[in-house]
Amino acid sequence: MTRYLRYLVPLAIFFILVAFLYRGLSLDPKRVPSPLVGKPMPEFSLPRLQDPAATLSDSDLKGKVSVLNIWATWCVSCRAEHEVLLQLANTGLVDIYGLNYKDERAKAQQWLRQLGDPYLANAFDADGRTGIDWGVYGAPETFIMDKQGMIRHKHIGPLTVDALNSTILPLIAELQATP
Amino acid sequence: MIPELGNFALILALCLAVVLATVPMIGSLNNTPGWVALARPAALGQFTFLLISFACLVNAFLSNDFSVLYVAQNGNSQLPVIYKVSAVWGAHEGSLLLWALILGTWTVAVSLFSRKLPAEVLARVLSVMGMVSIGFISFMLFTSNPFDRIFPAPLEGGDLNPLLQDFGLAVHPPMLYMGYVGLSVAFSFAIAALIGGKLDAAWARWSRPWTLIAWVFLTIGITLGSWWAYYELGWGGWWFWDPVENASFMPWLVATALIHSLAVTEKRGAFKRWTVLLALLAFSLSLLGTFLVRSGVLTSVHSFAADPERGLFILVFLCIVIGGSLMLYAWRAPDVTSGGKFDLFCRETLLLGNNVLLVVITAFVLLGTLAPLIYDAMGWGKISVGFPWFTAMFVIFTPFLVFLMGMGPLARWKKQDPADLARQLRIALLVSIGGGVLLALPLFHKGSVSMGLAVALSLWVVSSLLLSLRQRFRYRKGLSGVLKDFGARGSGSYYGMLIAHLGIAFFIIGITSVTQFDVEQDIRMSPGQTVDLAGHTFRFEGAKAVRGPNYRADQGTIRVFNADGKEVAVLSPEKRTYTVQTRPMTEAGIDAGFLRDIYVSLGETLGNGDWSLRLYYKPLVRWIWLGGILMGFGGLLAAVDRRYRMASRPETVAAPAAAERLATQSRS
Repeated sequence: MTRYLRYLVPLAIFFILVAFLYRGLSLDPKRVPSPLVGKPMPEFSLPRLQDPAATLSDSDLKGKVSVLNIWATWCVSCRAEHEVLLQLANTGLVDIYGLNYKDERAKAQQWLRQLGDPYLANAFDADGRTGIDWGVYGAPETFIMDKQGMIRHKHIGPLTVDALNSTILPLIAELQATP
Repeated sequence: MIPELGNFALILALCLAVVLATVPMIGSLNNTPGWVALARPAALGQFTFLLISFACLVNAFLSNDFSVLYVAQNGNSQLPVIYKVSAVWGAHEGSLLLWALILGTWTVAVSLFSRKLPAEVLARVLSVMGMVSIGFISFMLFTSNPFDRIFPAPLEGGDLNPLLQDFGLAVHPPMLYMGYVGLSVAFSFAIAALIGGKLDAAWARWSRPWTLIAWVFLTIGITLGSWWAYYELGWGGWWFWDPVENASFMPWLVATALIHSLAVTEKRGAFKRWTVLLALLAFSLSLLGTFLVRSGVLTSVHSFAADPERGLFILVFLCIVIGGSLMLYAWRAPDVTSGGKFDLFCRETLLLGNNVLLVVITAFVLLGTLAPLIYDAMGWGKISVGFPWFTAMFVIFTPFLVFLMGMGPLARWKKQDPADLARQLRIALLVSIGGGVLLALPLFHKGSVSMGLAVALSLWVVSSLLLSLRQRFRYRKGLSGVLKDFGARGSGSYYGMLIAHLGIAFFIIGITSVTQFDVEQDIRMSPGQTVDLAGHTFRFEGAKAVRGPNYRADQGTIRVFNADGKEVAVLSPEKRTYTVQTRPMTEAGIDAGFLRDIYVSLGETLGNGDWSLRLYYKPLVRWIWLGGILMGFGGLLAAVDRRYRMASRPETVAAPAAAERLATQSRS
């Protein structure tokens, strides 16, 4: 009997794999409901990416509609969404802030020089502490806040032109219109 | 009307696939020659209808028939003709049709070129391929029919994704699919052998050339994809460890192990169970790749329309095909006799060592690819696995792999005295270590341990290949003896091995050189301004607006001069905006060379004619793809080795006689 058992190992491994794949079907890698939507944004105060002496804090984002984009140079999808962020910045409809997440300062600065800088300012979150407060699962993620500093929307994964046109731009327009 | 014909042909192809999957298989089990003989015509019929169906879809694109949903989504009347054709496989539904057509092609090819096979073995092989075909055609018909209509028909199509409007991407998917689907031949041979209970050297010999050809296509397909990413994505990267890339890389790794293991089984009769398992795994991983790409369980930059319903269909299909084949394996494999005996140290064990390493690497790639999914499913949160994981894995395993690779060709089968082998390889070891240390020292450049290691590994491979060549020529006197050797039996696989391994040597140096010594700078430049980079002077001549057939673009001009002030290249990178899908695209300006590439891409316009530019100097980057091409060429050489053809010639005459004998036997 034991002679036969070892030949069942590949089959057993395969079925474990199938269990995960089946579970994976009902999970959407892009969508995680954020408990933060509808709540005020978490407080933070971090050194700025370009100027470590200056700080960026949640109060800088208040009083206007704002976008916070979580990104890092090690994140391939961030590169993919960068063009879209630049497009959003070019519309001039909204101020985009960045949270540079668990990254190296020099690399991040290099990245912005290389790919263009859509951000008004970047907070440099070296140890990812602020990222945890914001419930970041993986970069890139993008939050949209209203004028009172309430989180109104969270986009997980790279921004796309579609998402911009169908959800984000209409939402920004709506938030801009409300006092 | 024509799309309906295409749909109808697809349904007929499915019917024939069902016939192919059942009748010859049953016939082979209860010895009914008439049923067995149905395999070939059914395969041919299935192929014909798939071809008709495919032609109908091509026609829909060429004639801008936007009443077909798929054409309306991916076609456009302004597309150049070549991209109208390649748009057929530019998205999910059409690429499935291409997949099915290629599977049909392989099935017919097997039925035509394997006349030497015993009729019932051939019938079983074709039947198993028919079963796979059922899965894919019904997947298309039930969940993703490329011939679905849309009403009212739009006036213009949504256009092919601009990223795919490129020659490299027009040929990359067909190549890759030829590889993926080609592995189904090895798979079907393995299943047929398991059913028949005859896993012998003959089985290995039959499946070897097929596996090699599939592997060649896979190698070339992956190389093309990497080359495309390099010049099209505009930031000089050539591999991203994206799930979709890994999906093509895993079957390649296992197929590489398989072609080596098949060699042992053919020549020595050993590793039968292991070889058969590899054959099953290689195709299973191709199917798994399909699942990962199509179901949307992982995020990928190669985003095809993801759909859970489709995912479920493929998952069930995976369970039937992979689960079924592994079950058959668990049932039959214990009864397979182990083949030729061998010592603890000999060529067999070296090849086994490499096989195991390749499979371990595959397991790590699989783990890295699925980690986000596993984390998510276990409720541990979301993670993304990137370069560090995969790079670390390769830096750890590759030296061992290459070390064994150097010894393999020189070691003897069955029994090898380690001291004797060490004596033979003494020079290779010396050359390798010497060269490595030399390159690691800061003599030619700033010095780099990684580069030293890479050079040492490559020299190890190359010098051991030279030693093996010397050994081979020892008994072939003079030039005529050497020339005669090129045409001899088995020389194709030997020289093929030589060239493919040489490819690995180039590949290692290319990768290391690019990762270590690549120089890049991004800079704001005004027209007429110059900048120095890596011993070259770049002069920006400004950018002007140009129009393409279906895009507008800004085209920059950069003149590159060498240290002596001589002009070496004029580059024209573009920033394109396609009229339909207004996504900005970069077209890099590349001056390619054997020793270095100069790569320029256009960033953003900054006003007053100023642009942000990215300049790269990439030493030896071509060696990466040169390595891939050499590997592919080596595989091809091995696949067309004379001994496969010599075996087939006399037996093609004998085959009808054998069939007749079988027929008379059953009649009596």
